[in-house]
Amino acid sequence: MKYELQPAMPPPSNLIGVVGWLRKNLFNGPFNSVATIVVGFFLISFMVPVIQWIFIDSDWVGDSRDACNSGGACWVFIISRLDQFLYGFYPEAELWRLQLAFILLIGSIVWLVMPQTPKKGLVAVWLLVIYPVVAFFLLYGNSFGLIQVETHLWGGLSLTLVLAVVGIVASLPLGIVLALGRQSEMPIVRSVCVIFIEIWRGVPLITVLFMASVMLPLFFPEGMSFDKLLRALIGITLFQSAYMAEVIRGGLQAIPKGQYEAADALGLGYWQKMILIIMPQALKLMIPGIVNTFIALFKDTSLVLIIGLFDLLAIGQAANQDPKWIGYSTESYLFVALMFWVFCFSMSRYSQQLERKLHTGHGNRA
Amino acid sequence: MKKTLISAATLMVAMTGTAMAGTLETVKERGAVQCGVTSGVPGFSVPDDKGNWKGLDVDLCRAVAAAVLGDASKVKFVPLNAKERFTALVSGEVDVLSRVTTWTQTRDTQLGINFAGVNYYDGQGFLVKNELGLKSVKELDGATVCVQSGTTTELNMADYFRAEGISYTPVVFDTNDQAAQAFDSGRCDSFTTDLSQAAGLRTRMQDPSAVGALPEVISKEPLGPVVRQGDDTWFNIVKWSHNAMLNAEELGITSANVDKMKAESTNPNVKRLVGLDGPKGKGMDLADDWAYQIVKQVGNYGEAYERNVGKGSPLGLDRGLNALWNQGGLQYAPPMR
Repeated sequence: MKYELQPAMPPPSNLIGVVGWLRKNLFNGPFNSVATIVVGFFLISFMVPVIQWIFIDSDWVGDSRDACNSGGACWVFIISRLDQFLYGFYPEAELWRLQLAFILLIGSIVWLVMPQTPKKGLVAVWLLVIYPVVAFFLLYGNSFGLIQVETHLWGGLSLTLVLAVVGIVASLPLGIVLALGRQSEMPIVRSVCVIFIEIWRGVPLITVLFMASVMLPLFFPEGMSFDKLLRALIGITLFQSAYMAEVIRGGLQAIPKGQYEAADALGLGYWQKMILIIMPQALKLMIPGIVNTFIALFKDTSLVLIIGLFDLLAIGQAANQDPKWIGYSTESYLFVALMFWVFCFSMSRYSQQLERKLHTGHGNRA
Repeated sequence: MKKTLISAATLMVAMTGTAMAGTLETVKERGAVQCGVTSGVPGFSVPDDKGNWKGLDVDLCRAVAAAVLGDASKVKFVPLNAKERFTALVSGEVDVLSRVTTWTQTRDTQLGINFAGVNYYDGQGFLVKNELGLKSVKELDGATVCVQSGTTTELNMADYFRAEGISYTPVVFDTNDQAAQAFDSGRCDSFTTDLSQAAGLRTRMQDPSAVGALPEVISKEPLGPVVRQGDDTWFNIVKWSHNAMLNAEELGITSANVDKMKAESTNPNVKRLVGLDGPKGKGMDLADDWAYQIVKQVGNYGEAYERNVGKGSPLGLDRGLNALWNQGGLQYAPPMR
């Protein structure tokens, strides 16, 4: 006698395939069905003209506004100014320096991000310590036979990146020091750190930038003037380090007291305790908060346009004022938004990957 | 990172000269005129797609560079916003401020700065849709008016309407751009701004021909270059660079015919302007042919006007008040002798 299972019947046709997916996800009950139809209607009636405007009716080739006559987006405007959007007013003959610095930066970051590359420690040291010096001489010049490119010629995406990278790289260590200082038991150190953090957190970034560009020069001795970009950089770094300190303090407080006590019981000194026991656990917890601050900082850099620095957004706005291209501001704003989104989204994805990788089952998150 | 910042700081402090050593010497030593401009006002100062600055205000800076250094391209443009412009000038970050700045008593007397002339006579006006059939600002009673916030434009309008006893509702926006777009989309009955700006903004509207300006000009906005107070040589150089451009137009000298005029003209006024006769560069420590260099490299005032804001530009403004005095305008330069 054979016992053989009957072959399973295929599921009803309205539960599988496209129809099944639609039923399960979009038309699951009368309320959801109505919602799907209403939302779908608005989505289609909104998306169709937008896509038509961006892709189908748009103009891509040409070199003047005469090329834009099909009624859609005029990407000719962006393409003809692409160099300016990316590099600002950097002299054309020296562009290789900017590009080299950019390739080095991207290369090192990719090296660090890829899971299987070796010697990550060395690359990190290069990126955080040596690269900034190299990049400074590449971009600014005035030594090693490179001609000087003054900072008022810097602009566009490269200026945004300079502001963001310097802000990020400099504010993290400063923030760690401030956060530790705030938790210190030494009253002077603690109060200095608390005052610093509270003052910088208590003023808006726009005020800081205005102080740096309008008030500060008046305090300098007659005739001496600081570079405007440098003033903005210092302002942004100090401002961000205060925020970073608070994020890090949050992480430090999330570490169970037992960890501190265990480290003390092992006879570790303060720095050993912090570097070997507390920080590795705390920094892991803080990743979402830190990356959140970085993303906010990246977007905040566009505030420098109010002090006359041509970051990506300001370059877009200046382009809108060109009498030859008047009337295409939508295109330039869309392009700028896309660039910001690409950078912020990649930062966010990387942080999620990092969280998964470093997740070791500790901490208070399952 | 700190190391970089410190080395950057020392380098940048070292590279800036002293402002009080006399602006002319500083400029000659540096080899470039530092000129404060806007970060983008069509026709006055705006970077083109190659990153070259273009505009009427920009041409004035180039003229100063041509006069002082003999090369109109030796200008370093520093974009400034409206709030930081005077600080930047007074602290020595720029040598000339040529940034659509209205000459007013307070600014001239209290900020430690001097206005070196007027390179554009502007005024505030009102744009309306032609279909309303309005003939005068006085008919705007009860109207809503789009305006940029925090500017003299807003105050001028309040003054004018109060004096005329007209009631109105201001609708304020952060930028002129937004105000113009709101007017275009029908949020307001009228839009007020300086007429030079209105022309540029009008070209972007859906149907520029359906929008017209009312005849009244309710304010005086003389725009001109500004220098630090207390350096009269530099003040004179900027003032006479502008005057040379005006005089060149009056004498019919253009960048195209200046060489011919220099070689052939027997008119004593022309000879004085091109530096063959008369005061030349004496008293300003300039080369004898300083005015010739301006006309040769930048052009006369009329050329600069037409190229940047006039009929040869997308703005297409009439000369109006900015015509020469002998053609019904206000541009009048003292003689060069």
